[in-house]
Amino acid sequence: MSTIETLPVWAAVLVAVLLGGGALTTLLGTIGLIRFPTFYQRVHAPTLGTSFGAAFVLVASMLVFSLMEARPVLHELLILAFVTITTPVTLMLLARAALYRDRAEGQELPGWDDDANAGRTRSASSGSPPSAQASTRRAQASSEASS
Amino acid sequence: MSGQILAIALTISKIFLTLAMAAAASRILRGPRAQDRVIGMDTLYVNAMLLLLVFGIGSGTTLYFEVALAIGLLGFVATVAMAKFLMRGEVIE
Repeated sequence: MSTIETLPVWAAVLVAVLLGGGALTTLLGTIGLIRFPTFYQRVHAPTLGTSFGAAFVLVASMLVFSLMEARPVLHELLILAFVTITTPVTLMLLARAALYRDRAEGQELPGWDDDANAGRTRSASSGSPPSAQASTRRAQASSEASS
Repeated sequence: MSGQILAIALTISKIFLTLAMAAAASRILRGPRAQDRVIGMDTLYVNAMLLLLVFGIGSGTTLYFEVALAIGLLGFVATVAMAKFLMRGEVIE
């Protein structure tokens, strides 16, 4: 057991690069969480921190503790596996809940208001979503404006 | 030499992760709807977990690792419970 100052220089440089890269990746993902305009875009941004940010920081931690204790210390893989497994589950549940809430309130859903989707929403047989009428109206309005 | 490099890297990554936590907190405060606040909280605990791991590297004890593992487990349960609540209106049916 030794302190962190006794690490060799190559390991210090490697750990520094991994730590800085991981923290920077996490920061970029969270800046995306602030700056994206809609919820369905925002849900993608923080996964940058849970995938590569966490992986870089955990690999740096594994490297430091393995060199300090002169034996392989791999218990950080536990956190890595857990975060990797749980993040998609969480965000899928959250996105489905948000979709359900938006549909229940009859809001415009992303992807429904394109011109490409206008025909599909009109011919949808099973319970046309509330935004279908709105997008059809908008398509008619735009065609009238152009003619 | 290696102590200096590591001290600089640890300080920089602590600053980055603290800024990321501040950004997630601003999304919790600002978020127009409930699901925005939930995803802000999810990001906040992941960033806190990474910050604790960086503290653990700096101090050289594995105590911080245990705390980070506990935060990872409890944050998952919290976010799933909130998503279930947003979906159904109650957590346990």
